[in-house]
Amino acid sequence: MKFFRSHILIGMDTPSVLQGAKGVKEALISELSKKGLENEIKVIETGSLGFSGVGMIVYTEGTAYENVTINDVAELVEEHLVKGRALTRLIAKGKGAADVVANAEEKLLDGQVRIVLKNAGRINPDDINEYIANDGYEALGKVLAQMSPKQVIDEVKASELRGRGGAAFPTGRKWEFTYGTEADQKYVICNADEGEPGTFKDRLIMEGDPHSVVESMAICGYAIGANKGFIYIRGEYKLSIERIQKAIDDAKKLNLLGNNILGSDFSFDLEVCFGGGAYVCGEETALIESIEGKRGEPRLKPPYPPVSGLWNKPTIVNNVETFANIPQIITKGAQWFKKTGVEGSAGTKVFTIIGDINEKGLIEVPMGISLREVFENIAKVTKSGKKVKFAHIGGSSGNIVPEKNFDIKLDLATLANANLTHGSGVILFCSEDVDVVDYLTSISQFFKHESCGKCTPCREGTFRLDEMVKRLAAGNGSEKDITKMKELCEVMKRSSFCGLGQAAVNPFLDCIEHFADELRQGVKEEAR
Amino acid sequence: MKNVNIKIDGKSYNVPENYTVLDACKEAGIKIPVLCYHPDLRQVGSCRLCVVEIEGQRTFQPSCAYNVYEGMEVKTNTKEVRAARKMALELILSRHPMDCLNCERNTQCELQDLAADFGITEVDFALQLPGYDIDDENGIIVREHDKCINCGRCVRACQEVQTVNALEFHKRGYEKIAYTTAGKKLQDTTCTYCGQCINVCPTGALHENDETAKVWEWIEDPNTHVVVQTAPAIRVSIGEAIGLDAGFLSTGKLVAGLRRLGFDKVFDTDFTADLTIIEEGHELLHRLKNNGTLPMITSCSPGWIKFVETFFPDCLDHVSSCKSPQQMFGALAKTYYPEKSGVDPKTIKSISIMPCTAKKYECNRPEMKDSGYQDVDVVLTTRELAKMFKVAGVDFAVIDEEKYDAPFGITTGAAAIFGATGGVMEAALRTVYEVVTGEELPDVNLTMCRGLEGVKEATVQVGDIPVKVAVANGLSNARKILDKVRAGEADYHFIEIMCCPGGCIGGGGQPRPTSPEKRQARMESIYCEDAQMEIRKSHKNPSIDVIYKEFLKEPLGEKSHHLLHTKYTKRDSNR
Repeated sequence: MKFFRSHILIGMDTPSVLQGAKGVKEALISELSKKGLENEIKVIETGSLGFSGVGMIVYTEGTAYENVTINDVAELVEEHLVKGRALTRLIAKGKGAADVVANAEEKLLDGQVRIVLKNAGRINPDDINEYIANDGYEALGKVLAQMSPKQVIDEVKASELRGRGGAAFPTGRKWEFTYGTEADQKYVICNADEGEPGTFKDRLIMEGDPHSVVESMAICGYAIGANKGFIYIRGEYKLSIERIQKAIDDAKKLNLLGNNILGSDFSFDLEVCFGGGAYVCGEETALIESIEGKRGEPRLKPPYPPVSGLWNKPTIVNNVETFANIPQIITKGAQWFKKTGVEGSAGTKVFTIIGDINEKGLIEVPMGISLREVFENIAKVTKSGKKVKFAHIGGSSGNIVPEKNFDIKLDLATLANANLTHGSGVILFCSEDVDVVDYLTSISQFFKHESCGKCTPCREGTFRLDEMVKRLAAGNGSEKDITKMKELCEVMKRSSFCGLGQAAVNPFLDCIEHFADELRQGVKEEAR
Repeated sequence: MKNVNIKIDGKSYNVPENYTVLDACKEAGIKIPVLCYHPDLRQVGSCRLCVVEIEGQRTFQPSCAYNVYEGMEVKTNTKEVRAARKMALELILSRHPMDCLNCERNTQCELQDLAADFGITEVDFALQLPGYDIDDENGIIVREHDKCINCGRCVRACQEVQTVNALEFHKRGYEKIAYTTAGKKLQDTTCTYCGQCINVCPTGALHENDETAKVWEWIEDPNTHVVVQTAPAIRVSIGEAIGLDAGFLSTGKLVAGLRRLGFDKVFDTDFTADLTIIEEGHELLHRLKNNGTLPMITSCSPGWIKFVETFFPDCLDHVSSCKSPQQMFGALAKTYYPEKSGVDPKTIKSISIMPCTAKKYECNRPEMKDSGYQDVDVVLTTRELAKMFKVAGVDFAVIDEEKYDAPFGITTGAAAIFGATGGVMEAALRTVYEVVTGEELPDVNLTMCRGLEGVKEATVQVGDIPVKVAVANGLSNARKILDKVRAGEADYHFIEIMCCPGGCIGGGGQPRPTSPEKRQARMESIYCEDAQMEIRKSHKNPSIDVIYKEFLKEPLGEKSHHLLHTKYTKRDSNR
């Protein structure tokens, strides 16, 4: 094996590519060879680093650079790689060495912890050996050699891990249902159809650490008695699809997937499916329909997928982030996992933080951190310098939390008590510049477009919500629009077929509650 | 079956555990509004009109698709439930034309009834129609998409009951629409024109092409001699179509009514049903004697014929070459009848009243011109005839019964039962048994052929031969049998297949709404008619003897071959 003195990990996700990452990479490679460093320093593509512009991290030091352009490359190579001193003007502030390569168990200055993201940005995601070198596939080896399926489920149950896709269902209990259901065939599905606008945590996990998902699905298969799994990846996530496919191929070569894994009796195969871009396919039964080649629409429940899912066989559907927690729960134990987070909400939560803030990107924080802490310590307040007005947590269908309620803790129990959810794991901060009614039009437009059309309340309700909100935005609304909107939202919340219609109304109901005056601004003057 | 204890609106009930909440409510005397629900279909719970509140659940549940469980507490009449149902209905109505007076379904529309039940006089949302053109290009099934409310019953009927897949959902959200597969014209799809989509449609979005105007015009024309034939299943359903009970048997009143409308001759398709038994029976015997292709399959049902041509073109040798009774009648009405009556065949218009929309397709098939003219000019469904009766003010409660005209008026019980699934098989066996054995059938009621099950099988000892038969109704059941035939695993001699659930009594031209109970009532009425008939075996029909003597000469003879038998066309299921 060839040794390099340094590695440069360059973010090669879609936004980075759009901002010139490919050109920067080529420039970097040619500059390195110009300096005769091509055998000493290796350039590796990784997923998004969560930096602005084109970002990269130079190892072993772990120096993080952002906003790198082709014009900076010569200077960067000269300064950092030849002379050995960091190019200070491009250093990604707050995301330097300490942040990225810190020990996963060590709390960072700004309150972040890395469990799910322990490898992302640290290893070459396309190299299975780097994953293995960082304890990868140790958990799979452990369950196959030392644990019964029941013991695996007990460990996951004991960890109190709950689903990270939005519904927060206890993962161990879900696995137990399928474990306890007799069937000639069972399936494991990873829901990687990340469709909430602004959310990209699953993408970054798949791009940065694809093997963690592959390994975890095999562990799940072993636990529940499934020999086949599907990763349903959003079609737009080209890089995720490539990375996961390569991870699967590489794992097969090393017999970490396939027949008689590591010489055991357990066989498990994985297949990548991709979604055509329908938001509703993030709903697990619609996703199952889609894999079956049918129109992506939710199914009646019960029966639930753990009992009757894909091709009516018992099926576990878990989110990418949920799966990414599993290997460490197995290797380090449930008790270790529960050390992070708060009572009833074990572990960490990965969020993407976006909006009018100074530090956008991907964060992993312990459950129970407050929204204010995220805003003040991690997001580093508004970029515009304006007062923050509200946060929209959990994606388009998530809740709108006004600034006065920012002290709410982001753990499952507290959120549930306040009728809120993590949703997809995005937090969008908006400052006073944002007009609430305008903001709602973008959401209503989204749901009008994304409702699958199966049930009346959602199909017609999203259409009418959009109509009423746009009327208010244009200043042509009436008081009746506001009362009818509330009435409609309440019906949609309880009467819609699936989570899409039930949750789509959240931001509208929140704005009616917290920003009623602003909505009323949209009522036609003569009608006021 | 275990029972469970549940509470509905505070009162306790003990109901079977396989009940849905809707079933339980029905028994408790609570009428729950439904739209996407249909007793013939898989329930999807999508219209959300039937929602109820269930104790301990955050969201409402669709009662039509939610099973009861021990200790369940249901609330059907809370403020929130009423608001949710009314909102769903308002949302639907605001996307529906609401020009009821101009609609084919006026006063017989499920949506209209619901709006009345809900007391809706005004809808808060502005009317927004998708803006589709009416599609009546195929001349048989008319689709008015602006009246579609996305209940999806037609799609389920087409895909699941009939496995034809001519319809599917298109687009998403508020643009979602039940449309033809891949957006093709209906005539370019695999559609069999069975009309089951029409039967289950709750609104005026789907209906048959109304051809009554043409028929009125011919009746009015003194130079046109208009003859009409009525299918076996019409006499048990026309009463229902004009407001009487399901299964009301009205053979004589039907004849009297048709005379009042002004038809010159009123004939009975039952006559050519008897003729079919003679021809088809001999064809079966011929195949048995001469190592012909077996099993032989019946050919009366034009939806089935298009289905087998499309999906099983390799199995066409199994299908009897006999025309359907309607088309045999059509060929004779413009050959034998003119010869006998002296009426110029050029002046004859031949109308048939059928429980069927596929018959409209059948009569226009290019090969159906063996008389030298179009054999059958226009097919009207039971529903279209009901319209004519209403316009003419024919009151079944009062008018006296009359008899069919000669020479196609004397018929048998064997022909009458053609209208129910298994009827053709039973009628054929009554004749084949006696022709082969030369003995009288011990019991004319071959009950193993009867009933609404999708597939029935029986073995009947005919002399030395144990004749193995199968009967299927509904195209999904036909598909099961044909898969076996194709695989060489069907060791039957004779198979009867009817396109529609229950046979012609459940045809696509029958009164709406339909249900298993209504089909049961129509079927019972059919067997009642059979039991009342003087002659109950086709080969005992004296008019049949006469027509062979005077005109056809012999079964499977040259004239029969020319007028009563046909050929089929291989079609492509990937259209």
